[in-house]
Amino acid sequence: MVMIRFDQVTKLYAGSARPALNSVTLEILRGEFVFLVGASGSGKSSFLRLVLKEENPSKGQIHVLGQELGKLSSRKVPYFRRNLGVVFQDFRLLPQKSVFDNVAFSLQVIGKSKGFIQEAVPDVLKMVGLAGKSGRLPHELSGGEQQRVAIARAIVNKPSILLADEPTGNLDPATSAGIMTLLERISGGGTTVLMATHDAGIVDKMKRRVIELVSGQIVRDESQGGYQTQALPVQRQAPPPTASGFGAPS
Amino acid sequence: MRLGLVLSEVGHGLRRNISMVISIVLVTFISLTFVGAAILLQLQINQMKGYWYDRAQVAVYLCTQYDEGGNCNAEEATAQQKSNIEQVLKSAVLAPLIQHYDFEDHEAAFKRYQAQFAGAEGTSFVTPDFLPETFWVNLKDPSQSDAVVERMSGVPGVEQVVDQRKYLQPIFDALNAASITAVGIAGLMLIAAVLLIATTIRLSAFSRRRELGIMRLVGASNRFIQTPFVLEGVVAALIGSALASGAIVAVVQFFVQGYLNATPSSTPFVDLGDAFIVVPILIVGGAGLAAISAAVAIRRYLKV
Repeated sequence: MVMIRFDQVTKLYAGSARPALNSVTLEILRGEFVFLVGASGSGKSSFLRLVLKEENPSKGQIHVLGQELGKLSSRKVPYFRRNLGVVFQDFRLLPQKSVFDNVAFSLQVIGKSKGFIQEAVPDVLKMVGLAGKSGRLPHELSGGEQQRVAIARAIVNKPSILLADEPTGNLDPATSAGIMTLLERISGGGTTVLMATHDAGIVDKMKRRVIELVSGQIVRDESQGGYQTQALPVQRQAPPPTASGFGAPS
Repeated sequence: MRLGLVLSEVGHGLRRNISMVISIVLVTFISLTFVGAAILLQLQINQMKGYWYDRAQVAVYLCTQYDEGGNCNAEEATAQQKSNIEQVLKSAVLAPLIQHYDFEDHEAAFKRYQAQFAGAEGTSFVTPDFLPETFWVNLKDPSQSDAVVERMSGVPGVEQVVDQRKYLQPIFDALNAASITAVGIAGLMLIAAVLLIATTIRLSAFSRRRELGIMRLVGASNRFIQTPFVLEGVVAALIGSALASGAIVAVVQFFVQGYLNATPSSTPFVDLGDAFIVVPILIVGGAGLAAISAAVAIRRYLKV
């Protein structure tokens, strides 16, 4: 079952001649674990924002969870987002709320009952390994623990898709490994995970599907890839010819 | 659950922006007090019009031996002239306009004069023949007095014809000007109130932008995000409206009823019943205005 489909999607920002995404076409299936790699400015974040419908494509169509985002009215966008979980590099926790309240907040604001929250939040905190720390404030936790809170918040409503924008970008390798184990477990539960990252070590070790973006174009889509290509790049469209060439492993 | 959460957000927002909230309260208080005062003035004008226009008559003063103006020649109006005047009042042209008329002779005019100016100096010099005989005409529709004035002015033996309503017009003009001034001030203050509410709500939203960001991310509905901010503006404006309503009721109770009404005058004044017509207008108007300006101000934060 296709969870995310991009069909010839181009994203142009006002004031920039070069598109952030250039005619991107791809499909991501249910339960897949996908790494999105590429240099800064290659279009990874734009890709995630388009999936979230934080932005609209300049050209092309995007289907997420069977819905065409272009036809989704802005009134319905909040309800669409309830099926998506998101985590960021900077965690984005509410500093004055405890771990429990941070996770509970995301359920309260979508109108979940007190009873549901009392059951769901401890469950998800246990799953991310923070069972004993529900009363702590974010600044009393380590970076890895804060990211676990953010992940708990993203998955507590059991989303079909989890988007992660460099979730290990602020963490040391050992802590990152712990976070990846957690994401793998979430993926194993049937959730589609789409993770944008710069962390070559993680991508190489996990051996999952890798999509590489360069200047807004997909230059590689490998089912069990590494951070850098092990095989000839899968190119759906010829890259623009440049003097230096591109795609050769350095 | 949700209601409690919304209300606690509202309380939070109000406490965090307390100085801005106080300024909203004061500005809405003052502007709505002016609105209320303008409405009361209009009610007062209507009440006075109703009261006086019912009583206002057209006076047809007849000549005395001292009059030389009008159609007089320093001669008392003759019996022939009087009956002629009465014929004109009964004519097919005027009769349909006139409810009834009374004739007041010198003696009756003198008695009325004595009663009106009892105790005033100089009244002893006045004798009945100074005071003109008069036809007091009550009209079916006071606004059609011009026809009577015009027709009667030319009749021999008539010194002058006076529509008593003309004495009232300057009073109504003054009250009208006062109420227009109040509306003008109220309008300016209301613009200030609306801008202040919008600014406060933006500040409040800015200080809560982290929460707003997360709410949008996890899919809180626009209505849910918007409601606490709108309520924040409405609560502040409601306090201002309540103060304005209190001020209006107090002015009517203590100034109009307690002071003006106690002075010897037969003029009817607005009472608490009128004040309680104004109160709901102020409350609903204040809250509505705040809700609209807050909702517009927060819209930018709802863009998805």
